[in-house]
Amino acid sequence: MNDAEMDFEMAASMGLSRAEWDLILDRLQRAPNLCELGIFSAMWSEHCSYKSSKRWLKTLPVDGPQVIEGPGENAGAVDIGDGLAAIFKIESHNHPSFIEPYQGAATGVGGILRDVFTMGARPVALLNALRFGAPDHEKTRHLLGGVVSGIGGYGNCIGIPTIGGEVNFDPSYNGNILVNAMAIGLANSDRIFRSAATGPGNPVIYVGAKTGRDGIHGATMASAEFSDETESKRPTVQVGDPFTGKLLMEACLELMASDSVLAIQDMGAAGLTSSSVEMASKGGLGMEMDLDLVPAREEAMSAYELMLSESQERMLMVLKPEATDIARQIFDKWDLDFMPIGKVTETGRLVLLKDGGVACDIPLDPLVDDAPEYDRPQADVPSRPILQSDSITSGAGIAPILRQMLASADLGSRRWVYEQYDSQVMADTIAGPGGDAGLIRIHGTNRGLAASTDCTPRYVEADPHTGGAQAVAEAWRNLSAIGARGLAITNNLNFGNPEKPDIMAQMAQSVLGMGDAARALDTPVVSGNVSLYNETDGNAILPCPVVGMVGAIDDIDKAVGNGLPHAGLSLVVIGQGQTCDDGWLGVSLYARMLADGPDAAPPPVDLDAEHRHGLFVQSLIADGHVVAAHDISDGGLAVALAEMCIAGRTGASITSPASGNLHGWAFGEDQGRYILAVKDGDAVMAAAAAQGLPASLIGTSIDSGELQFGGSDVISVEEMEHLVETTIPALMSGTGHTEG
Amino acid sequence: MSLSGLRVAVIVFPGSNCDRDMMVAIEQLAGRRPSLVWHKETTLDPVDLAIIPGGFSYGDYLRCGALAARAPIMESVLDHAARGGAVMGICNGFQILLETGLLPGVLVENAGLKYVCRNTSVEVVEGTASPFTEGLSPGQRMIIPVAHNEGNYFASDDDLQRLEDNGQVAFRYTESDIIGPANPNGAARNIAGILSANGRVLGMMPHPERAMSPALGSVDGATMLNATLQALAA
Repeated sequence: MNDAEMDFEMAASMGLSRAEWDLILDRLQRAPNLCELGIFSAMWSEHCSYKSSKRWLKTLPVDGPQVIEGPGENAGAVDIGDGLAAIFKIESHNHPSFIEPYQGAATGVGGILRDVFTMGARPVALLNALRFGAPDHEKTRHLLGGVVSGIGGYGNCIGIPTIGGEVNFDPSYNGNILVNAMAIGLANSDRIFRSAATGPGNPVIYVGAKTGRDGIHGATMASAEFSDETESKRPTVQVGDPFTGKLLMEACLELMASDSVLAIQDMGAAGLTSSSVEMASKGGLGMEMDLDLVPAREEAMSAYELMLSESQERMLMVLKPEATDIARQIFDKWDLDFMPIGKVTETGRLVLLKDGGVACDIPLDPLVDDAPEYDRPQADVPSRPILQSDSITSGAGIAPILRQMLASADLGSRRWVYEQYDSQVMADTIAGPGGDAGLIRIHGTNRGLAASTDCTPRYVEADPHTGGAQAVAEAWRNLSAIGARGLAITNNLNFGNPEKPDIMAQMAQSVLGMGDAARALDTPVVSGNVSLYNETDGNAILPCPVVGMVGAIDDIDKAVGNGLPHAGLSLVVIGQGQTCDDGWLGVSLYARMLADGPDAAPPPVDLDAEHRHGLFVQSLIADGHVVAAHDISDGGLAVALAEMCIAGRTGASITSPASGNLHGWAFGEDQGRYILAVKDGDAVMAAAAAQGLPASLIGTSIDSGELQFGGSDVISVEEMEHLVETTIPALMSGTGHTEG
Repeated sequence: MSLSGLRVAVIVFPGSNCDRDMMVAIEQLAGRRPSLVWHKETTLDPVDLAIIPGGFSYGDYLRCGALAARAPIMESVLDHAARGGAVMGICNGFQILLETGLLPGVLVENAGLKYVCRNTSVEVVEGTASPFTEGLSPGQRMIIPVAHNEGNYFASDDDLQRLEDNGQVAFRYTESDIIGPANPNGAARNIAGILSANGRVLGMMPHPERAMSPALGSVDGATMLNATLQALAA
């Protein structure tokens, strides 16, 4: 050993507990050196080990006839027919993006793309899920601007369309934004690459960009709470280079088309450490690497720095020995480094050589299979009362309230954001951002792949189990509303400090809810990411278990958008009967905006109804009965109608219910509902009745350019468009008002 | 000549990302796949049309298009143009053509200081004889998307006037009820695309290869590219 022995103080500074330090001493039967301790600390970080979440993640459904690859690989894979697999995953880059928004977000996109093309898939779509602090918080403009620019900076350059996402605001994210990026790729089902090393003696090859001192110990930073001092951690943020990322992607896909690669893993969080450890561990083998051979960007890098660097655009591969020359030629063509740095061994150990000595020699089992796992205590989740609509509603009409809501940052158009993303490159985008779900054509076919990212954190906070289920249900609805059938999900669990029992309860209970919904809707979880310790100075974020759902549609020409294209269409609500004239206002946007959000239960999610309503809408669309469709979510029926009018620049005349609570009816956020614009309303009502589904005919699209709720309760489409289109641009130019 | 007899080459630089899209678009119209020519090549086989596609050649490092303009293959492209060969540059390809000097002026950062991706309405301008416009009608409007950070066409007033007087403005952004604000990037005189003095070289910011079918939202890119191929095959 060529390094001094470490002590607990050093281990603690890397985020390890006393018990974990004792475990290291026990497993090694000696004290680790700096490099070894760094490797333990990275592999046992929450980010790499899932030590607090694993117990709950195991409860999620991961199987189904459509599943080719569940959680555990770089990304999940789902059979989409015709011998093709959709390969996808979502991942967070929350902490780096708060410290350095452009690079943090850009490398988030780069990292998730590598996860997908590592599996042999050509990436075809990107989505994201973003959460920022209050619109009027001093940092929001800077962070939103930087993150959006960074996401675009990477995705646009590498040439993968961003087809969807969500952006929301809440003061709980003031000091801890969320930046989750999702990528989807396509591969032949029989040409999927995995990460388990095989064949002792086979060469271990480093390819891609050189290693520098950037991002050292990023995985550990991502597993700690923020404090005022965290911003001084700027050097732990990686720097992205989408140009090199593009070259690496093309070189890897070109190499994978040959028969050369036995195993491949991208160097993401914890860089060379996690890639080598996971490859060797999954193969039940060992690995030996000579760190002096690692292509380095800087002089005199230590073993610790080389192993913990999170420099971007790097991969580790195990090649067939005879394929090395072919592989080298491909990487030469793309002007990328290609360096054999070690070999697969049978030892079950990670051995690292440096400067003529042994820098690390540790068993792999304690790092992965035998890593710490915790069953952290949970607090009871208090059950909240059901909010009585009458307790917060007024006698005002619908239009004045709608005017106020549409002007909020919650409901403002995200055009300012998504026009900075190239949504059309690859020339297969059928529906980009701004609709219910993104839709791309599967290249060379008339079939489509749809995707959406969703979560409603205020529901999760109010009732984690219901909120977790609702995230899945909303994604399912968003896909159904364009005519696509959800196939599987990836999840990104963003929570505070799991060592706090109330936070732990949020995570555990929402995962259980998510699992229930994934089972009911037959959308198993095939990949995911956990981001904990999203706190600043002890204040946790609103819990945000994001769901990214991928689905399929057999004929893209049948897909519908959410804009009312012309007058004369009947408007039918699916999921709500004619007599259902009250609505669920608890934890709604209405309650938050007008009544300061009293503690209340969120709308319940009836998973069986969600499933049936979704299948019904999908079949109506497939049969060509639907001209436009929109799911009802934030802001309820009235906001959904407004969005349909704005998107299609057409008015609508709506018949409000004669009795019941008018605001509850208009702004309630009851789940499982859609608005369909159809040519033959009676036929759709009859079809719903035949299946025993609640439905109601609420009005028609009209030429007048107004959304009319009867009498003088009217708002013009032009005014609504102006309201939604001005909020975010005004916010970003510094002239914004501060509602929401 | 039938369209399938046309020889079309798409030049591929490291960082090009619309090369496949253009290849697919040309194949859709001509029934024959164009050849993809790697930037390290030093000779360009005889072609009827050389296309420089969009993307971020060399990562847009130094300056958009500056490095690609000096790539090994470009000498052959310049020779092809000098012989009166047709050259079309889309987006980053337009930037590259400006850097080679085949077209005048520069493309600077968008006036909004942001990347912009959206549909634009582009009007055909009556001008000099050119295979890129002869099959289109002056005043014809086409919906074609843009996606760029540096698409703000800029030249001196004298140069702009010379372009107008010579009929070298091919396309202008224009108002449209469907699309919203006309000019997405602040380009001088709403210029979306320009021609060389002999009409044989076109540079344009909008991406016709993305407007190839109703499902993609517009067929006007197909109309424009088809007119070009027809003219070159005539």
